[in-house]
Amino acid sequence: MRVSSAAISAEDLAKCFGDVVALDGVSLEVPRGSVLGLLGPNGAGKTTVVRILTTLLHPDRGRASVLGIGVAEDPARVRSMIGLAGQYAAVDENLTGRENLRLMGRLTHMEPRTIASRSDDLLGLFDLTEAANRPVRTYSGGMRRRIDLAAALVHQPPVLFLDEPTTGLDPRSRTDLWGVIEDLVRDGTTVLLTTQYLEEADRLADNMVIIDGGHVIAEGTAGALKARLGASIIEIGTHDPATATAVAGILDGMGRIELEGTTAALVVDDGSSVLMEVVRRLDAARVAPTTLALREPTLDDVFLTLTGHGAVAAAPDPPPTARRGGSGKAAP
Amino acid sequence: MTTTERTDAPPAPIAHAGGRPLADAITITWRNLVNLRRNPMLLVFATIQPVIFVLMFRYVFGGQINIPGIPYVDYLMPGIFIQTVTFGSLQTGVGLADDLNKGLIERFRSLPMTRSAVLVGRTMADLTRNLFVVTVMCLIGFAVDFRIHTNALAFLAAFGLILLFSFSLSWVFATLGLVIGDAESTQAASFPILAPLAFASSAFVQVSTMPGWLQVFAQHQPVTAAVNAVRALCLGGPTATKVLQALAWCVGLVAVFAPIAIRRYRRI
Repeated sequence: MRVSSAAISAEDLAKCFGDVVALDGVSLEVPRGSVLGLLGPNGAGKTTVVRILTTLLHPDRGRASVLGIGVAEDPARVRSMIGLAGQYAAVDENLTGRENLRLMGRLTHMEPRTIASRSDDLLGLFDLTEAANRPVRTYSGGMRRRIDLAAALVHQPPVLFLDEPTTGLDPRSRTDLWGVIEDLVRDGTTVLLTTQYLEEADRLADNMVIIDGGHVIAEGTAGALKARLGASIIEIGTHDPATATAVAGILDGMGRIELEGTTAALVVDDGSSVLMEVVRRLDAARVAPTTLALREPTLDDVFLTLTGHGAVAAAPDPPPTARRGGSGKAAP
Repeated sequence: MTTTERTDAPPAPIAHAGGRPLADAITITWRNLVNLRRNPMLLVFATIQPVIFVLMFRYVFGGQINIPGIPYVDYLMPGIFIQTVTFGSLQTGVGLADDLNKGLIERFRSLPMTRSAVLVGRTMADLTRNLFVVTVMCLIGFAVDFRIHTNALAFLAAFGLILLFSFSLSWVFATLGLVIGDAESTQAASFPILAPLAFASSAFVQVSTMPGWLQVFAQHQPVTAAVNAVRALCLGGPTATKVLQALAWCVGLVAVFAPIAIRRYRRI
């Protein structure tokens, strides 16, 4: 058996909660100092992957390691090297921001004299110095997320797990948080990030793994994933779905066509030359589109094509007990 | 695992791996006590209810209840002390369920800290809270003419026994809170357990006045054992057996429920 040199490595992870199959053979590798975006709709199994890698949950099958240390073999070592922030890891609302950070410093067994200075540094970094002595329950949503992320960083973990770190944040707070994460990565931190925002993955992640229904359905860089889809998309907007269907018929044979409501989208390799042909055909058929656009594919298009639904769509959340793994076994 | 080959050595962990049981438990106790200080209303409510019980039983029902040989208030107060900490122990479960709900437990479990520290710290903080509440109850008792018939040393022993009993029950409700995992449900589920324990006991009336079938339960449950021991320590009479019985209940409850709670915590 070989222990991976990657910062994070998972091999064939499987996990069931009762009858619900949360993961069915997920493998991934995150090289040191890089960012992996773990994408998937609600209920795809993203949080389950994070909980297994952070020693909170025992997989039914497969193995995982962080910095070469087996998550099942030596969970205490793994815990000393990771930081976890996001959806479910929280801070104490009745403690002040500063007290929360010091609590984390003490519980990660840092040198007592470094805890205070490290806490102050983080409060400054996250723009929370002014609010440092206020209980966290008085914080805004954005401040709460920042103190939550800061709490995960007190002991300077070389590997960071961020489970939907910006869900529910306004665009400004989100951009700010992205900046902080980019700084951490620049300093050598390895990050595994789950998100429903493809824009977030596009900006932060070096590599992406898309999971759906407990399986990996695609992986690669953002560019590679987009290239799989074709170089460009021509969108033809019409008055009604019937016309859009008619347009699909007119353009038959030119490339893959996707219908969505009153819009027909043609996925092609060379958009600009095909665009002229599209206009000629529509003109010949005497169909006047309301809009006509040529654009690059986005990760949303990739996602839609791969999963058959949008990133924030479809699959229901598993019940809270399953999320917390009420029926599961955790590492001792 | 002997064939394991590492492509390169793992880096030295920055945080100290493995637990420091005492330090971790103290840290968590500190955190819970800060919480208590930030929510003084919780402490106020924790004392208001037993104060109402004292006044109600002392002045409303007390006239009708006759205990041969001693004033009812002297009989009542040991019962009130135990009843107070019995109901108070529910807070251990509610607090843990709340932490679980808010995701704090998830964070604690991802840290290289001793796993039992979250539970030990919670029960120790609740013990500190009970120290305060029981002290207040004693003062109220003395204000309404409660008198010790024995001596200061016996009363101190009674005080210690009350706290030990509260600590033991905390582990019962810690287990309940972790199993249920929701603060409101834990509260709701606790009442049907707490009410018979507190009232079908020797806390307020003599068990011999109850119907025979109820006496069987009332004579053989922890609240009666604790009340009898505290009462003997405050009022005199045969004491040793009663204290031993109460201590046996305390030790038994911790021995059974602490491992269950810790096991449950590991497997959340």
